[in-house]
Amino acid sequence: MMKPATTASEPVTFPQDRTCPYHPPTAYDPLREGRPLSRVTLYDGRDVWVVTGHSAARQLLADPRLSSDRTRAAFPMTNERFARSRDRRLTLLGVDDPEHHDQRRMLVPSFTVKRVTAMRPRIQETVDRLLSDMVTVGPPAELVRAFALPLPSMVICDLLGVPYADHEFFEEQSRRVLRGPSAADTQDARDQLDGYLGDLIDKKRAEPGDGLLDELIQEQLRDGALDRAQLVSLATLLLVAGHETTANMISLGTFTLLRHPEQLAELRAEPELISGAVEELLRFLSIADGLLRVATEDIEFAGATIRADEGVLFSTSVINRDTAAFARPDTLDWHRPARHHVAFGFGIHQCLGQNLARAELEIALHTLFETLPGLRLAAPAEQIPFKPGDTIQGMLELPVTW
Amino acid sequence: MTGDISITIDRDVCIGAGQCALAAPGVFTQDDDGYSELLPGKEDGGGDPLVREAARACPVSAITVTEKGAETSPAH
Repeated sequence: MMKPATTASEPVTFPQDRTCPYHPPTAYDPLREGRPLSRVTLYDGRDVWVVTGHSAARQLLADPRLSSDRTRAAFPMTNERFARSRDRRLTLLGVDDPEHHDQRRMLVPSFTVKRVTAMRPRIQETVDRLLSDMVTVGPPAELVRAFALPLPSMVICDLLGVPYADHEFFEEQSRRVLRGPSAADTQDARDQLDGYLGDLIDKKRAEPGDGLLDELIQEQLRDGALDRAQLVSLATLLLVAGHETTANMISLGTFTLLRHPEQLAELRAEPELISGAVEELLRFLSIADGLLRVATEDIEFAGATIRADEGVLFSTSVINRDTAAFARPDTLDWHRPARHHVAFGFGIHQCLGQNLARAELEIALHTLFETLPGLRLAAPAEQIPFKPGDTIQGMLELPVTW
Repeated sequence: MTGDISITIDRDVCIGAGQCALAAPGVFTQDDDGYSELLPGKEDGGGDPLVREAARACPVSAITVTEKGAETSPAH
């Protein structure tokens, strides 16, 4: 089954902008031919391995010889913004086991299926309120600002114990962290976020509240299991990851549904399809494309040798369109089994908030189309701007009417 | 099917992603710490066809389904 990995042609450059916001960049088409493993060139001219096969991705993402430690000199970077902050030790996301295991254990109880189920009524209330406000003001509306972004922001604030009143500040800093105009700008935004969350943690030490940050202060900071800098890093990660990714899935998911009227009609006729539909949208859209690792020792794989210190990149958008795992992968199909996608990653770093994200997406998309049956784009689809390839994918704006 | 398989969970490996509880909620749950556990009396899977999907969904291969004495590791 496994073919030799390297091809004679020039490596594809990674990342590149999508041509259509819900399909992988057409420039990645050669990667589909080179499954399960080929080479790409990064922004700094470095060539790294790119994993493009589904089975290969599940094996390698679970391989402890691939490290997530960004402070390793050989760790690959996909843009200047992230390269400049490589010396910042990222909690959870940027550490390997056993340290990772200890950090994740502190957070897992807050993100279980049961805990998320208990949060559903509150999420529903928030969705209903946002849509009611949107209807009062419109039509039309800009859906990112009116709905897609505030929902996950409110939910993660609630969970962490961060005051939502500060949302404009932290949403703006998150935007600059993920796609600021320059490395210096991103650096400054990180400092601002760290400063803000550090102050908030100090305030909470004096006056405890009842969010996850308060719990972590009580149970981990006091015991010395986490130091203040680690807790700040963790809080930043949870806050940014908690709202940006889900907001992108809501905006891009809505756009995708509006561009697939047959599938939308089917979903409206059979609302119980929603959880399968969310899974399929996660697969189809693969908004976090380009997970990074570095090999800590030589790995023989698929007839190739990944050498120690070589970079390995996982293109989730290409992996999730592997015909060996998904029949007719470029078609949006609510009835296919899609749960084995790697949109949330795989292995020990698989998304901590995935169950919360699923709940938010199910409730948001179902309620949006139920409340506004006439929802449609308020601008030609080709003119609606979406995010560039070097960040989490999603719509920059989504003008809608109903 | 009942009694044909036995399920073991390696709780040292489990990361509490909850994918088993999501895939086969009739067999798996998460304890208060978030780690996977079998619902009482479901050590043999209770004939639930979703057990294999749950094992396959686990991101760290912590679930092993053993069949009639022959061990099968989780599908990749």
